[in-house]
Amino acid sequence: MRPFQYIRAPSLSETSKLTAGEDALAIAGGTNLLDLMKLQVETPALLADINRLGFSEIEDTDDGGLRLGALATNTETAVHPRVRADYPVLARAILAGATQQLRNKATNGGNLCQRTRCFYFTNIDQPCNKREPGSGCGAIDGIAKLHAVLGTSDQCIATYPGDMAVALSALGAVVQISGDKGERSVPVRDFHLLPGDTPWIENVLEAGEIITGIILPAPVGGTQIYRKVRERSSYAFALVSVAAIIELTDGKFSRADLAFGGLAHKPWHDPRVEEVLLGQHPSDALIDKAADILLEDARGYGENDFKIPLTRRTLRAVLTQATEDAA
Amino acid sequence: MSDTITVNGTANPLPDDPRVSLLDFLRHDIGLTGTKKGCDHGQCGACTVIVNGIRINSCLTLAAMHEGDSVTTIEGLGTPDEPSALQRAFLEHDGFQCGYCTPGQICSATAMLEEIAAGWPSDASESLEGHIVTSREEIRERMSGNICRCGAYANIVAAIEEVAAGGQS
Ligand SMILES: Cc1cc2nc3c(=O)[nH]c(=O)nc-3n(C[C@H](O)[C@H](O)[C@H](O)COP(=O)(O)OP(=O)(O)OC[C@H]3O[C@@H](n4cnc5c(N)ncnc54)[C@H](O)[C@@H]3O)c2cc1C
Ligand code: SF4
Ligand code: FES
Ligand code: FES
Repeated sequence: MRPFQYIRAPSLSETSKLTAGEDALAIAGGTNLLDLMKLQVETPALLADINRLGFSEIEDTDDGGLRLGALATNTETAVHPRVRADYPVLARAILAGATQQLRNKATNGGNLCQRTRCFYFTNIDQPCNKREPGSGCGAIDGIAKLHAVLGTSDQCIATYPGDMAVALSALGAVVQISGDKGERSVPVRDFHLLPGDTPWIENVLEAGEIITGIILPAPVGGTQIYRKVRERSSYAFALVSVAAIIELTDGKFSRADLAFGGLAHKPWHDPRVEEVLLGQHPSDALIDKAADILLEDARGYGENDFKIPLTRRTLRAVLTQATEDAA
Repeated sequence: MSDTITVNGTANPLPDDPRVSLLDFLRHDIGLTGTKKGCDHGQCGACTVIVNGIRINSCLTLAAMHEGDSVTTIEGLGTPDEPSALQRAFLEHDGFQCGYCTPGQICSATAMLEEIAAGWPSDASESLEGHIVTSREEIRERMSGNICRCGAYANIVAAIEEVAAGGQS
């Protein structure tokens, strides 16, 4: 690990000042950042420890929703009575990620900002446009089993690896951000960016901006499912995951909020998929049509070709289970 | 503000170099070598310790971030003469071969039983809100962050099952 200056951030505004510099980063749980610092993928000159800034509460909002503090741990979030009762898709997504030890330390803010698990990104001897702009992408034509099939660019085909944000996307949650210029709110669906020509920019946070919380809208009920397909039954990143909130009225889909993990540089949400389902009776043909739309522009890179049929099958399994549960 | 970190009841000064992980602090700075370094990247669980009652991987956190915290390591759970219930059960069930993962397994299991008592669900729980039956499936899922390279899993699970059934930890 390269030497760095460690400062316990005294206040939010001070944190923004401290982390506005190019070589400075905030540290929350540290479970992603310290891992990458040991690999010298991240080499900050200054670490601002934000753990004692206080925004770790989970509290009701005025409109019946729930505010998750950015510093609340993944565990505190998943076991919170209201998360379990009103947002089970979120509790399930968190519990499907990492291990209990990691979730006990990982924070909600850090989870949103976690970096890709691309093997070339984490190995400083390999080319990677995300880590070292202009050095090339090792994964295209290389080891790409975990990589994206949607929204890729010729610069980067990495995935956002997390689970929690996939459920947050399906739920339509909003990220609260604080910085030098004040506060702003960004829907989770717009928080992460596609790689394009700037794969090193992964989300909308600007220098010095800190996530303070995540707002969940008032509960919508429905059948909520988080289905994570991975290479072993626990403790592995998703190959494909589906977060679904499904409701049937008179036997027809009246709600079909869906988001997908493992497919892209961000949790994938495609409103066209919901549109084709809404108002229709569930059937294999309808689900196939939804998958056709979802995967219309999907492209494999050899090793990850399997993700395209796997996504179709996982979507079918989830929608079939949801319609059976809802019926 | 205290500039110490309490380990098994004893206060220790924090390291000067902020790079020191909690794991290296325990092993090198204060000589408690029971906690093991397997991967140093959060992947194996050998470094599991209990901080303020919660189990974490000590390799992925800085000692400096734990000022004022209270850490329990395997040395703090019991002694050869007075082992904890889990330490005794691991011996009785042969819950190890080389023993390298064992301190992490036992710290992890100790905190895990508390988590079950608190009603925390896991990925293996049928219901998010119901009573948790400490089945083998539950134990396996909850202990999945502790890898045993020797593959002593069957006996590890049996040891934990026995203590869980006895309602003690
Ligand atoms: C072995 C292993 C397996 C894992 N498996 C999974 C898995 O299956 N699913 C999954 O979803 N995750 C998985 N993870 C990732 C884990 O969930 C993340 O490491 C964790 O959520 C990061 O949170 P943190 O608080 O530790 O972040 P940190 O490591 O502290 O920070 C991560 C990044 O976020 C930034 N940051 C942190 N907080 C804020 C904030 N409030 N505002 C702005 N920026 C901030 C930091 O500057 C840093 O760049 C795994 C991790 C490991 C080590
Ligand atoms: S996929 Fe992205 S992260 Fe991986 S090597 Fe290519 S540029 Fe780097
Ligand atoms: S040494 Fe910490 S998890 Fe392996
Ligand atoms: S007993 Fe050897 S690693 Fe578990």
